[in-house]
Amino acid sequence: MLAPYPQLVRAGYRRHASYWQASLGGVTANVVFGLLRGAILIAVLAQRGSVAGYDTAVAVTYVWLGQGLIGVVLLWGDTELSQRIRTGDVVIDLSRPWNLQAAMLATDLGRAGHAIGARLLPPMAFGALFFPLRWPEHPITWILIAAAVPLAVTVSFSIRFLLNASAFWLLDARGALAVWGATSGVLGGLVLPLSWYPSWARAVLAWTPFPALFQFPIDVFTERGDAFTLITKQLVWAALLLAAGQVVLARGTRRLVVQGG
Amino acid sequence: MTIIHTDRLHREFTVGTRLRRRRVTAVADVTLTVEPGDAVGFLGPNGAGKSTTIKMLTGVLVPTSGWARVCGLDPVRQRRELARRIGVVFGQRSQLWWDLPLVESFDLHGAIHRVPSARFRERLDECVQLLDMAPFLATPVRQLSLGQRMRGEVTAALLHSPRLLVLDEPTIGLDLASKERLRGFLSTVNARGDVTLLLTTHDLPDVERLCRRVIVIDRGRVLVDDELSTLRARFAGNRALVVELTEPIPPLLGLPGVVDVSVQAQGLRQRLEFTQAVNAAELIAAVAARAPLRDVAIAEPSIEDLVRALYATEDSPAR
Amino acid sequence: MAELPPVESSPRHRSVYPRILASRLRSQLAYPGSFALDVVAQIIGQAIELLGILVVFTQVRSLGGFSSTEVVLMYGLAATAFGLAILCVEQIEKLPEYVRTGQFDVMLLRPLSTLAQLLTADLALKRLGRVGTGLAVLGWSLTTLQLDWTPVRALVAATAPLVGAVILAALFVAANTVSFWLIDGQEAANSVTYGSNFATSYPITVYGPWLRRLMCFVLPGAFVAYFPALALLGRPDPLGLPDALRYSPPLVAALTVALTTLIWRAGVRHYQGTGS
Repeated sequence: MLAPYPQLVRAGYRRHASYWQASLGGVTANVVFGLLRGAILIAVLAQRGSVAGYDTAVAVTYVWLGQGLIGVVLLWGDTELSQRIRTGDVVIDLSRPWNLQAAMLATDLGRAGHAIGARLLPPMAFGALFFPLRWPEHPITWILIAAAVPLAVTVSFSIRFLLNASAFWLLDARGALAVWGATSGVLGGLVLPLSWYPSWARAVLAWTPFPALFQFPIDVFTERGDAFTLITKQLVWAALLLAAGQVVLARGTRRLVVQGG
Repeated sequence: MTIIHTDRLHREFTVGTRLRRRRVTAVADVTLTVEPGDAVGFLGPNGAGKSTTIKMLTGVLVPTSGWARVCGLDPVRQRRELARRIGVVFGQRSQLWWDLPLVESFDLHGAIHRVPSARFRERLDECVQLLDMAPFLATPVRQLSLGQRMRGEVTAALLHSPRLLVLDEPTIGLDLASKERLRGFLSTVNARGDVTLLLTTHDLPDVERLCRRVIVIDRGRVLVDDELSTLRARFAGNRALVVELTEPIPPLLGLPGVVDVSVQAQGLRQRLEFTQAVNAAELIAAVAARAPLRDVAIAEPSIEDLVRALYATEDSPAR
Repeated sequence: MAELPPVESSPRHRSVYPRILASRLRSQLAYPGSFALDVVAQIIGQAIELLGILVVFTQVRSLGGFSSTEVVLMYGLAATAFGLAILCVEQIEKLPEYVRTGQFDVMLLRPLSTLAQLLTADLALKRLGRVGTGLAVLGWSLTTLQLDWTPVRALVAATAPLVGAVILAALFVAANTVSFWLIDGQEAANSVTYGSNFATSYPITVYGPWLRRLMCFVLPGAFVAYFPALALLGRPDPLGLPDALRYSPPLVAALTVALTTLIWRAGVRHYQGTGS
């Protein structure tokens, strides 16, 4: 008998495949925002030619890949665990013979797999059709990006898991999730390239997992910086955050058992 | 004035995916009239078209064809006017404010329907007393039991003195005591003659207790529209005694009032269908005298049985 | 037709919506800690959009022909308007839920307008965080710019956020009406609602002609911040559009509301035509 996790990946994929209207709507919104954000960057570059190594081709690639990654990496709307904690349903999840965090990660990777087709490729295709994208020069980049995106999903998942798990103590994780939703995009390099930020801000962000969400995968794709270093950093953050999640889950479970929810 | 009047009310839906669409008829040419003060049970199996009909009568759904007047109004075009004159209770969706104390929901309903203060108080006091709601008036709705909530739902629907009260599965999921309390209240309200009742249910005792008239609908068509007493005499109402025996015996024929006997499990279990005129206890005694009993059970007639009986009858009036 | 019960006027009648709202607000404030954090998240979210503008201006001295303070003025107008709009009408995003659970039927069974019921079913009080941020930024830019104040400009400054809020609120409702047709249409609506919010925060001169037509005029985002800002700054339109446009937002708001009402009615008719 196989471990349940591969099946959970598939279930995560299939669960989202039925929401084609939502995918279509999400792509529409991402394309509109891509056009608007692209226009701002192009307006800046029209004056400067190049900012921090971003010429127009890199900038539009940055925008369209970023717009595609939103739906894959997922910053907003993941409240399932905190709600199940609040309602007490989490007891059912914990009583199953699996590692809850691993099971949820598997489901999330399946969801992300579906989002690559449904949410990442369409905006990229749109961008490629109407803008001069900068495609990778080295074939190996395609393999590296195939590693960097799942790692970005894993880092995003493990942070979301931690925030949701705060409901074990706070009962209501809404506030924490709202702050994450408001800040993660700008801290992760989705809103503007991090290399445009003042040096002090870059120095601080280098010590956080946020760049691993968007800036690193986009840098890998646009071949800026050493891809192996970027992916190694993603790996380290994923491992650290997942381990933290295990500790928090164990503590939270104990609290639940002791206090009876 | 006639409360409900429909003429060949018809509703179709398009179902299926884009690839395989088809039209389904939910309500087929339903023609009926309901007079003031009436109490009508609207029965039928799941998917028979009850809810669709009610949605058309209350202005929630537009008929595909046909015509309806409720309290003299066109339900869709005069929806808001109609809403002032009817009350609707859905067993499975709430018109109360989830996190407010029950009494505040009542206040809001009074305000929405512009019920004059004096009349509002009088009406509310009466409902609170009859339905024994005083102990939980200050409780937020989300903390009420289902039975308490349903009492609140019915009260909310009656505060503006509607001429017609529509109840869609009002007793679904309630325990026996709650059902009985609700039925008693509704029949009191109806008996005064100023509220007409239209109720859908799966629960035949609801009908027995509340309705003088029964409309049975199946696959969108009206199968029967008659007085309950007439209907009871003609069809259902037949209960069944299911006996488990310790040893197989031949069919228990010839018992008084038993209209049908079916034998199951090689004669170890027999099902005797008997009319309302028969006392179940006497029947059990009669069976016990003839066969060694291991267990007995009495099956109440269901809506499905009634519909089956209606179909089985040759002269069933198709509308 | 029988006589109706007499409809008397008493104080309780006129106050249905405020009473429903007051009850909702009480329940939002029931968990003050969580509510405070929600408000903080709104302030941060709004401030971060400003941060984006400021980061852009670390790289260039002007954007679309406007200085940083001028762009911040537009942003302040847009942020205040959007904050007010979403404060009042965000509840419309629950429409798919109302339809799915049949709760919309319950609204149809009340003698009130369905739109009014839906909008007053709640008020997104946490969005006050956005309004506050917007007002602070607006106040800062208005004082920093050292404008040449005239009565007309004062009037524009006072009304522009409200008029802009009406335009954005109407757009918000119109876009979410899509949920009557597409039950999962919420994200598509976001491209209109949040897209307009983003588009209006920058001078419309940065967009290409097609994007400008779509996001600034078809969806009338240009009338939320850009034209009022021109009126306040008293400078000619770099695009050479007629000066009268900068005083037209109230008219545009009225038109947008009228169109939205029509769209909503079409949505309800569609709902009544299909059932849930």
